Amino acid sequence: MRFAARVEVRLRPGIADPEGATIERALPALGFEGVHDVRAGRSFRFEVDAADEQEARRRAGEIAHRLLANPVIEDSVLELEPAGPGEPD
Amino acid sequence: MTVADGEPLHRSLGLTDGEPLHRSLGLTDGELASVEEVLGRRPNHLELALYAVMWSEHCSYKSSRIHLRRLPTDGPRVLVGPGENAGVIDAGDGIAVAIRIESHNHPSAIEPHQGAATGVGGILRDVFTMGARPLAVMDPLFFGPLDSARQRWLLEGVVGGISAYGNSVGVPTVGGELTFDPCYSGNPLVNVLCLGALPVERLVLGRASGPGNLAVLLGSTTGRDGIGGVSVLASAGFGGEREGAADDAKRPSVQVGDPFEEKRLIEACLALLDAGLVVGIQDLGGAGLACATSETAARGGVGMDVDVSAVPCREPHMAPWEVMTSESQERMLAIVTPAAWPEVAELCRRWEVRATAIGTVTEPEVTPGGPVGRLRVLEGAGGAVLADIPAASLADDAPLYDRPRAAPAGLADRLADDPTGSEPAGDCGAELVALLADPSWAYRQYDHQLFCNTVVGPGGDAALLRLAGPGLPPSERGMAVTTDSAPRWCAIDPRAGTSLVVAEGVANLACVGASPVAVVNCLNFGNPEHSEVMWQLSEAIDGLAEACTAFGLPVIGGNVSLYNESAGTDIDPTPVVGVLGLVDALRARPPGVGLAEGASVVLLGRRSDGGPGHPHPLGGSRWAVEGRGRRGGKLPGLDLAAHRAACELVAALVAEVAGAPPGGTGLGGGDGGDGGDGPMVAVHDVSGGGLGLALAEMAIAGGVGVRARGIAGHAELFTELPSRFVVATHEPGPLVARAEAAGVPAAVLGAAGGRSVVMEGADGSALVDLQLAELAGSWRDALPSRLDAPTEGAGNARG
Amino acid sequence: MAARIAVVVFPGTNCEHDVAAAVERAGAAASLTWHRDRDLGQADAVVLPGGFAHGDYLRPGALARFSPVMEAVAGFAAGGGPVVGICNGFQILTEAGLLPGALVKNRGLRFVCAPSRVRVDSERSAVTAGVAVGTVLSIPVNHFSGSYVCDARTLAALRDGDQVVLRYLENPNGSVDDIAGVANAAGNVVGLMPHPERAADALLGSTDGLVLLAALLAQAAGVRAA
Repeated sequence: MRFAARVEVRLRPGIADPEGATIERALPALGFEGVHDVRAGRSFRFEVDAADEQEARRRAGEIAHRLLANPVIEDSVLELEPAGPGEPD
Repeated sequence: MTVADGEPLHRSLGLTDGEPLHRSLGLTDGELASVEEVLGRRPNHLELALYAVMWSEHCSYKSSRIHLRRLPTDGPRVLVGPGENAGVIDAGDGIAVAIRIESHNHPSAIEPHQGAATGVGGILRDVFTMGARPLAVMDPLFFGPLDSARQRWLLEGVVGGISAYGNSVGVPTVGGELTFDPCYSGNPLVNVLCLGALPVERLVLGRASGPGNLAVLLGSTTGRDGIGGVSVLASAGFGGEREGAADDAKRPSVQVGDPFEEKRLIEACLALLDAGLVVGIQDLGGAGLACATSETAARGGVGMDVDVSAVPCREPHMAPWEVMTSESQERMLAIVTPAAWPEVAELCRRWEVRATAIGTVTEPEVTPGGPVGRLRVLEGAGGAVLADIPAASLADDAPLYDRPRAAPAGLADRLADDPTGSEPAGDCGAELVALLADPSWAYRQYDHQLFCNTVVGPGGDAALLRLAGPGLPPSERGMAVTTDSAPRWCAIDPRAGTSLVVAEGVANLACVGASPVAVVNCLNFGNPEHSEVMWQLSEAIDGLAEACTAFGLPVIGGNVSLYNESAGTDIDPTPVVGVLGLVDALRARPPGVGLAEGASVVLLGRRSDGGPGHPHPLGGSRWAVEGRGRRGGKLPGLDLAAHRAACELVAALVAEVAGAPPGGTGLGGGDGGDGGDGPMVAVHDVSGGGLGLALAEMAIAGGVGVRARGIAGHAELFTELPSRFVVATHEPGPLVARAEAAGVPAAVLGAAGGRSVVMEGADGSALVDLQLAELAGSWRDALPSRLDAPTEGAGNARG
Repeated sequence: MAARIAVVVFPGTNCEHDVAAAVERAGAAASLTWHRDRDLGQADAVVLPGGFAHGDYLRPGALARFSPVMEAVAGFAAGGGPVVGICNGFQILTEAGLLPGALVKNRGLRFVCAPSRVRVDSERSAVTAGVAVGTVLSIPVNHFSGSYVCDARTLAALRDGDQVVLRYLENPNGSVDDIAGVANAAGNVVGLMPHPERAADALLGSTDGLVLLAALLAQAAGVRAA
């Protein structure tokens, strides 16, 4: 089976996020008042072949943990859903 | 010979069937007739697309070529002059230096980050195509005033794009210029110069030879980004600053740069050249494969068959005309013998660079008029012939226009509107402060030190680099480069203004001890269909030719960027001149700009204009234009012989310091930075902002105050009379004597020292009396405060 | 015989020639080691130079840590061999887990290439052994992601273990505790954001970088002798 994975990587709480802070500071100038706690992050999408959802979750989670996020500074959140049958390349 | 019908280009371009295709592609009816004459038949759609991109203003220089012929291009050091990818000079010690300048104005106006980034990528390819390793980049930039959010966005984006691409690809950005004027509000200018060096024997030219050899495409895949890009972007002006709609329509043509791909491409190509594995090599720039294949074939007097189906594409279902004209970045075309191909493929694999054989070199066809190499576009090797044209016709048969020229209406009024004398003096101190701006906000974002060659980097009069790099023979020499421009002068008198710009470049080189050896130019002008723009262009080229001839400098390359206009208004004429210089022995740091406590301050060069006008002309000066909004008047005169004498004297004095063995005459140990106790401890040329600005910048750079006396009012403080230098010395007597022996006037103005900057009039009254700390603070904050950005980085005030 | 320094080259590395020239100026023999090599040869010390390995895509150093050569580097470090990462090399060593903490985007969100002054704060590292604590060196920085971060426990451990090698006098990037360089607990693996190879020639304005490179060479010679 093929599963569609989406991994969101964001800085861990407590790690300075100058990008988020800069965006937050710019918002009032554009007329967006009352916006708080802006955090910048990154999102990755990929498809993974696996026998079942459990295996897909394990493999995608490892990709997220070992490569996409640096656990010293970042957390990752994985979302997974079936992507239909795999096609031969 | 039958040629298959091309793609239904009308439909893929989204055109109505009513509009003649050639006009939609930018070809005139006359140009279509020329194509039909070349081919002896009607072109199909693919062929029409090839001619349209290659005969665009950007690729063909059809409006400027007849004028560019007036430039001097020969010299004893010239190895390669204009017309190749870059000019090359012999620098001695078995080392050749390649140099090139280009504009990326229109792409940067639409997407400043990617526009500027891909401008850097493009110029690097021009240089390593010659076999040279790119060693330095410089960026002259022109924007509207920063009180507009759009201008701040453009500046941030352009500087960020140069930083992101240049730093990552691994070529230091060692200088540039930053100019703000309302004429650039709708059309910013982003020029980029690249300098590279190579062992002389590695010099290669972009030509194909040897029928049966393979044309190999290296690097990135080909996508729809930048289809017809240069012709669309570079040959059309913009709407006004606020008219975003037109720009949005052009946005798909902007390419995205990948500096990592380019870095691998540089290493792979230089390794291929070192191993002698390629016959010829050519970068893919404007007009993509159409240009690279036709140019290499034409230069080699051969033909080429190109299989479009073999080109690795980024997107499915790309039409042949899209493949042939795509300007996807980071691609090169190499000509390789079949025997060498496996080794080429293996070397490219090591650098993780894609290499695909996409065509073959063919014998030229024998015709009554001589051999004619044909460019044929095929669908599959041996498949249908989609296009079949004489390769050379894309370049050689391009139209050549002598467009009407006329001096602008109102020129006489402008020249008569002279601020000299008529514009009253003000608070000289405040006016001086308003002219000061530290450009380090920009250059701190550029790696300017990579290769450990940068002896004088951004912020100096000229960049001074060791003539060294990976793979080069050892040398003690140095190379220096500067880019200069003065649109405020050229708007008044493009001919005299351009001569003055060349003179300023030569003076800047003298400040780092270099003798000029060659010139490149980037001519940024408005719409050539306006007769006054063509007049400006022609005059500027004459001014460039006159100055280069007088200084014995060959023009070894250039770029013409036209259609710089917005809402029907042309930019001021903006010729940018790059001057390359050499230093025979670079063993110690040159004196630099910073004053030293206790040194005498000497002005070398004339105190006043010897001509019939005012002794201190202010026409075209920064004081008049920026401070008073007076854009007319008369430019100061340029005495080419006197200029040459002054520059040679200064260059010799500086070269004596820089050529001294380490720890020798006049130098500290090096760790303390510039200068020391020798005959010359600082030097700076007098240019924009005049004597006042030169003294202020020298005081700030040295962290030492100055007192100058006997200055004939605001006019002498701010006049931009050329051919003058301020020198700081502990031995004023011998220096003045040496200047006089060289026929260069010299006058002791005062001395450096203390914590204040004082410039006194002839009657002893203070024209300027400011605290150094206050002056330095204004200088440092000028740019960040306009950008509303906090000051970054370490607090080192040295320029 | 001169100490042998392996300078590791990833695709996108750009300071390898500068580092090789500087260590040779300091008296060592340098050789370039390609990232696909699994063997460091007879190296007495390893330098991971600056640049943009793999284009800095994903995160600086994130992809380089998976290059085959990194197993050899980790093995060399585990055996006590001196390993120094400069700038991008420092980022790679933290991503590879050979040094604690991480390097994130500069506080100002801009690249910074500028002179910097740093103070030697530990004598226990491969680049500062024999250099007096408190010595101030002028060595340029050149980075976009040079802001050192780590959690409070790691920071305390770094301080307690005398692992903070260099601190900025004027912090250019927002690094925690002004940290410009750290070492592992043993002191043989060091990461530096300043570029000592850019301060190794009076012609360029400073020779202070040679202080660190000379200390590294002395350590490398010690490895040989052992």
